[in-house]
Amino acid sequence: MNTAVVTFPGSNCDRDMMVAIAEVFGKQPVQVWHRDTALPDRVDFIALPGGFSYGDYLRSGAMAANSPIMQSVKRRAERGVPVLGVCNGFQVLTEAGLLPGALMRNASQNFICRTVALKVENDRSLFTSGYAAGQTIDIPVAHHDGNYFADDETLDMLEGEGRVAFRYVENCNGSQRDIAGVLNAEGNVLGMMPHPERAVEQAHGGTDGLALFENAIKTLVSA
Amino acid sequence: MKKRVFVTLKPGVLDPQGRTVHHALDGLGFDGVEDVRIGRLVELELADGVSDEKVAEMCEKLLANTVIENYRIEDAG
Repeated sequence: MNTAVVTFPGSNCDRDMMVAIAEVFGKQPVQVWHRDTALPDRVDFIALPGGFSYGDYLRSGAMAANSPIMQSVKRRAERGVPVLGVCNGFQVLTEAGLLPGALMRNASQNFICRTVALKVENDRSLFTSGYAAGQTIDIPVAHHDGNYFADDETLDMLEGEGRVAFRYVENCNGSQRDIAGVLNAEGNVLGMMPHPERAVEQAHGGTDGLALFENAIKTLVSA
Repeated sequence: MKKRVFVTLKPGVLDPQGRTVHHALDGLGFDGVEDVRIGRLVELELADGVSDEKVAEMCEKLLANTVIENYRIEDAG
């Protein structure tokens, strides 16, 4: 199973993501740099980590979404390769047009860094089928721009198609309809503000993020 | 040739920064401020012949996020 983690200048959760993936997948991911124009030929799982790519210049994720490597990520995503974007990675995915909506400044204007409760909404995607719909999991958030916005029509569509992956049990950032994570129409791209890679070992204070990675590999192996 | 691009939040999109600044203006004792919306100004120095269509394309692709923002292009001499 080959995995890749994309590092942009300003990414700061790329190592956490690599450790989590290496632990669960049992093989070190390939670290890909933003200037690279191609991903390795065989990649079964791509992760875009958290951080402040390009210093959040212009808008969070805007510059990274237009970096050379993202063209390659887009093509793989269109071919069905699973892509997980966490925090800044979620912002990059919306800016790149791989997921609908946008992530705006938190309604409180404050940077939030704490563990929050999430309700699992969709338990059918390869990322989320290790959970049960309605289950509550505890995952850390650490962001300033996590306030999910989309117009009502888009929100209705996301809900109608079961593409809301996770909701905040208590809305911490002003997100429309408490949305914490969304899937693309095909279900192979997930963007979420909370950090599952920071909840995979007991030393992290909880392991509720583990099922996301474990289930992804299980699904990929059996495919 | 200089162009100015004004990027503003779409009507109806909540502007947390604007709301906070509004609150601060109230706190400073400025009466009569009914709303505050914060946007971004991008100044472009362009070679002659770069069309407004090209600048609009720049806005669509990068300068604005049209999910939440509108843009307006102005000549700046």
